Amino acid sequence: MGPVSAHPSPTITLRPHHCTLSVPVEIERPESSEAPFEVPEPDVPWVTIVHNDPVNLMSYVSYVFQTYFGYSKDKAHQLMLDVHHKGRAVVSSGSREEMERDVQAMHGYGLWATLQQDRR
Amino acid sequence: MTGHFEPLPDGGAAVPLDEVEISILRSLAVQLIELVGPGEEGTDSESDDLLASVFNDGPSEPPADPVLARLFPDAYGGPDLVPDDDVRAAAAEFRRFTENDLRSRKREDALALIRALDTLSPSGGEAVLRLKPDECRQWLGALNDLRLAIGTRLEVTDEEDGGELLRLPDSDPRKPMVMAYLWLGGLQETLVESLTG
Repeated sequence: MGPVSAHPSPTITLRPHHCTLSVPVEIERPESSEAPFEVPEPDVPWVTIVHNDPVNLMSYVSYVFQTYFGYSKDKAHQLMLDVHHKGRAVVSSGSREEMERDVQAMHGYGLWATLQQDRR
Repeated sequence: MTGHFEPLPDGGAAVPLDEVEISILRSLAVQLIELVGPGEEGTDSESDDLLASVFNDGPSEPPADPVLARLFPDAYGGPDLVPDDDVRAAAAEFRRFTENDLRSRKREDALALIRALDTLSPSGGEAVLRLKPDECRQWLGALNDLRLAIGTRLEVTDEEDGGELLRLPDSDPRKPMVMAYLWLGGLQETLVESLTG
């Protein structure tokens, strides 16, 4: 913990700091030239992607990859480094249903994951 | 605020906690449960619950609160993809069928943390918390959710990691939150180490 000078006050609050009504922001986005879900291609596998976020501990992310996917320590560590340095890593691939299950599990662990059809 | 988890021979882990730490952890977990919300209203019997869970879909829109949006992210889309109508529709449908389950899992993890704390009777202001392997997994989840919640409130970014937030003056209103965030990080890190060896 390092040079911590005092206990934090027990009155720490997780609630939003201000309670103003938030107005949904419309973000102008360029039309995508690709429409990833327009043409279903059953033989193109789906992938689960884990995205980097600044909060999750590197050791925890490795732990999740080992625990949930059963990956070796080395593979889990490498995937974690990919997430950390490249911003994302493909952690599994398979059918859409399987990937939905993996994404749901990742969200359960608190990792930021999405699924998409693999177009590479 | 220096407690670290140590592995136990049965695969569990133990950490010494003082009364202030216990009260902070408990308070944060209670707040997390309140934030995550009750989800679907409980009903009288198990069969009603089952029926209710069949007929009550979850929400289809992401939560407006940034903390909840982080705890319950979209399954389709992500930062690299420009969402079109199909992506949004897939994300909404996934959310409808999964978010309630995810909310109850996070509540249960936080509840497990509270229950474990409530078994402690500190003598001389301190107690040793001993967790079984299953409890360790729930604690890991709860500690991670707490860090996600606090980190989102603090708007922690990679650049700030070890940076600005660490050097806040004591007068800064974010200071207690930052210290709790770092402390929870130490607990989680040592709990992962205890489980992975």
